[in-house]
Amino acid sequence: MSIELAHKPGTEFTAAVTAAFGAFAGLLVGTSQGSALIGILLGAAVLGALAWGLLNFDLPERSARWGVAAVFAVLGLLIGGLAGLVVALIFGWFFGWFIYWLGSGRYRIRLAPYLTPGQVLWHYTFRVICGAIFVFLITPILVVMPLSFNAEDFFTFTPEMLRFDPEGYSLKHYRDFFTNNEWQRSFKNSLIIAPVATIISVSLGTLAAIGLSQSHVPFRRSIMAILISPMIVPLIISATGMFFFYSQIGNWMEGALGLNKTFVGYVKVVLAHAVLGIPFVIITVTATLVGFDRSLTRASANMGADPVRTFFKVQMPLILPGVISGGLFAFITSFDEVVVVLFVGSASQKTLPWQMFTGLREQISPTILAVATILVVISIALLTTVELLRRRSERLRGMSPG
Amino acid sequence: MSTIRGTGPGTADAPSPDDALHEAAALSDRDVPPPHGAPSDGPMLAADGTPLKKSLARALRLQKTRALMLIAPLLIFVLISFIVPIGQMLWRSVENDIVAQTLPHTVQELAGWDSAANELPPEPVFEAMYFDMFIAAEAKSHTKLGTRLNYEQTGMSSLFRQSGRKLDDLGKDYQKAFKAIDGDWSKGEAWFELMSGAADAPRAADVAAAQARNVATLIDTPIAARDGFAPSQEIADLLPLTARAYTAMAMFMQFEDGDDPAGEKPWETLYPALLRDLETADVSAYAGPRAGMLQTLAAARGDIEQISFTDAFAEIDEDWVVAEPWRTIQTHARNVTPGYFLNAVDMRLTPDGAAAQPEDKQILIRLFQRTLVMSLVIMGSCILLGYPIAYLLANLPMRTANILLILVLLPFWTSLLVRTSAWKVMLQQQGVINDTLVWLGLVADESRLVMINNQFGTIVAMTHILLPFMILPMYSVMQTIPPSYVRAAKSLGATNWTAFWRVYFPQSVPGIGAGSILVFILAIGYYITPEIVGGTKGVFISNRIAYHISSSLNWGLAAALGTILLAVVLLLYWCYDKIVGIDNVKLG
Repeated sequence: MSIELAHKPGTEFTAAVTAAFGAFAGLLVGTSQGSALIGILLGAAVLGALAWGLLNFDLPERSARWGVAAVFAVLGLLIGGLAGLVVALIFGWFFGWFIYWLGSGRYRIRLAPYLTPGQVLWHYTFRVICGAIFVFLITPILVVMPLSFNAEDFFTFTPEMLRFDPEGYSLKHYRDFFTNNEWQRSFKNSLIIAPVATIISVSLGTLAAIGLSQSHVPFRRSIMAILISPMIVPLIISATGMFFFYSQIGNWMEGALGLNKTFVGYVKVVLAHAVLGIPFVIITVTATLVGFDRSLTRASANMGADPVRTFFKVQMPLILPGVISGGLFAFITSFDEVVVVLFVGSASQKTLPWQMFTGLREQISPTILAVATILVVISIALLTTVELLRRRSERLRGMSPG
Repeated sequence: MSTIRGTGPGTADAPSPDDALHEAAALSDRDVPPPHGAPSDGPMLAADGTPLKKSLARALRLQKTRALMLIAPLLIFVLISFIVPIGQMLWRSVENDIVAQTLPHTVQELAGWDSAANELPPEPVFEAMYFDMFIAAEAKSHTKLGTRLNYEQTGMSSLFRQSGRKLDDLGKDYQKAFKAIDGDWSKGEAWFELMSGAADAPRAADVAAAQARNVATLIDTPIAARDGFAPSQEIADLLPLTARAYTAMAMFMQFEDGDDPAGEKPWETLYPALLRDLETADVSAYAGPRAGMLQTLAAARGDIEQISFTDAFAEIDEDWVVAEPWRTIQTHARNVTPGYFLNAVDMRLTPDGAAAQPEDKQILIRLFQRTLVMSLVIMGSCILLGYPIAYLLANLPMRTANILLILVLLPFWTSLLVRTSAWKVMLQQQGVINDTLVWLGLVADESRLVMINNQFGTIVAMTHILLPFMILPMYSVMQTIPPSYVRAAKSLGATNWTAFWRVYFPQSVPGIGAGSILVFILAIGYYITPEIVGGTKGVFISNRIAYHISSSLNWGLAAALGTILLAVVLLLYWCYDKIVGIDNVKLG
């Protein structure tokens, strides 16, 4: 309490800072209403006075903040309708909190007491900059979600949506995705190709990672470089190489083995995607194996288990988190891949990303946004799984999960 | 990994089987017995009586084999389905056997022609061209050759296509004249009897083998020479050109169409070939089948009106009787060519060596420059945006940092196309950003900003997409920087800026280096995002590669561009390996 009091700034300081922020808010409101200058002056005056008044009259904080928010909301409703209400409510809530946060000196509690005012200012400016960058990172993904419920065939917010009018929202793009043959076929293709490719890369990759983590492997570095290379080489180059290679292989399989054309097409794409997924499996599984206690396998062998049994009963359960997260990486690589499938596959192997790519190039329908939202949900699920697995794996290895 | 010794950190103090193997690895390198434990008289023995050194070496070998066996399936898979295709692509960037394969005899004849003398090639070149082109036109590969040569000289494609169509006319006139002398000359059966000779006559295996090779490359299926037609040795000696033309025709009919040459109408090439042979051959002594028909023809040869092959080509197209197309063919006849690489750097192969492309065709160097500059800009903006985030994450308490890290990882895990389509939604003229700016009154409705289909769009979208690849390596480096260093600097009187710039920043440079190289490598090979948000001004070299693969079908140039790009990327990766180490690549 005493620290708080010691750093409590003067009312004038709070009022001045709040007025500066108010001027900025006024600038935004003012430009949209026609006059920037009036907005700045009015915003600075109103908020400076508000801060001075609230702090001098010593009102109970909680009710004062609610009061400010309510007054702002009413004003917003009068000026800009429902959207104005929401914006003004946010402004009001922010300024109510901001005045008391500054005025009571709370902003210094968590900082070291010896910081100069300049350092405190920089501390919060830095936070704001970082916040803006986070907004840059996340906004594009968040914007897609509400837009996918658009009732119109537009790629932008309609006036109805901004008024939160239920008329402006619909599920028609989702309905389109689930009923349109093109989308359904490409979705099915993705669900066929990605899991099979993942199984191939995980099974071969795990074996090889176990081999690579033995203590005496000749040419370890060169082998590692070759196995990692599909990740290093730019996709367009891999795709070019595979385009030439798989057209020959495909002709050979159709001609010499007499296989069905569609089947051969799937085999080509699956093999190509399996190669692309391998580096991820190798990297994650070798990383898991670094922490693997080798005396466990020796103990198991000592008790009479053969190597196969040791692998499945002792080693596999311990490295399973790494294997699964490697598999998820391989899955997402294949599920998300466009360039190679565009070059290697034919129309009957059209995957979901391919369909999205053609859609974006020719700009056909906002169904793409519905698909995008579904994919974001899927990636959130995958991210959660990987994170949980990582924690489990660290717990098993005796580290404290962060 | 293999440097751990008996009692090093991280191992139990008790000896383990591995220690013995390490000893063995060390033992095999030296002949002096180890200083400890070895009795002075004779080698140390294992339990079964063999020298310890030997049995340990065997155990080591066994372990190495086991490790390699585990790696082998994947290694073979990657080698075959990834390294081989890349190697094939590299080869394709210099491969150029189409000219020599389609026009084998022409190329031979042209070798002696001096292209600098500004004269037409001699008659034998035109003659060889006639026969080569005829069979190529039958196999429909003359258009492919025309397309190939069109990359080097505009107009070659149409020249070849049209000439292929008109090539029959020359033979048709002769055919009529032959028919007037003896009606059998237009019958396949008669030709077959003449060319194969008596049933037990010796065969000209070398002619058959040469033509089998030639036809096989044209129709793209392997041919065993002994299964196909072979002329009699006597005829091959007497009428070499006719034997050659007939054998090629017979093999083509047998293997491409699956027909019997005796039952088919003979090709028009046979008539000029036979006339040409009769100029020098003396057929009066020939006694094989159809000798009478041949001798009658030889006697009446003078009545047939003959024109030279040069004139025949002049009649087909005036462009054949200038030196230019021949020069192009001669220049590009080599099986391995630097031509595609020269094209990739806006130059071309001319008879006088490498020269610059005409001004209006010089786009690739500029595209390479743009790719590099834009990748650098993207890398720079990723550093600017990524550094504060990484710093914040590394200096926050673990729990808060992990929550914020999700905001970085979510875009990382989200589909590339989702993020690209999101940017298309955000940036377009009727998009979210423009709408917001208009709503705020910052931009007038009629002067909405153009932020997509140009370089700006590509840079913004790709910075967003690649930012996590910058933040994650920086974060992992910054986590290891002890906060006490900066505190120490400040307590010694450094200002905030000095403490950061002289103490903290130098320690975070490895993170910046790792992130930058990673982002740069990923950026220069990008295809999808520039294709969608880049328009024409914001595309990269990879878009050009894709264009040559799928639209212009100039695969050699695509392969050459790809090879250059690959070389740049591998060079950068080599640097990455030196700075960071490939083993240290971490995910998530």
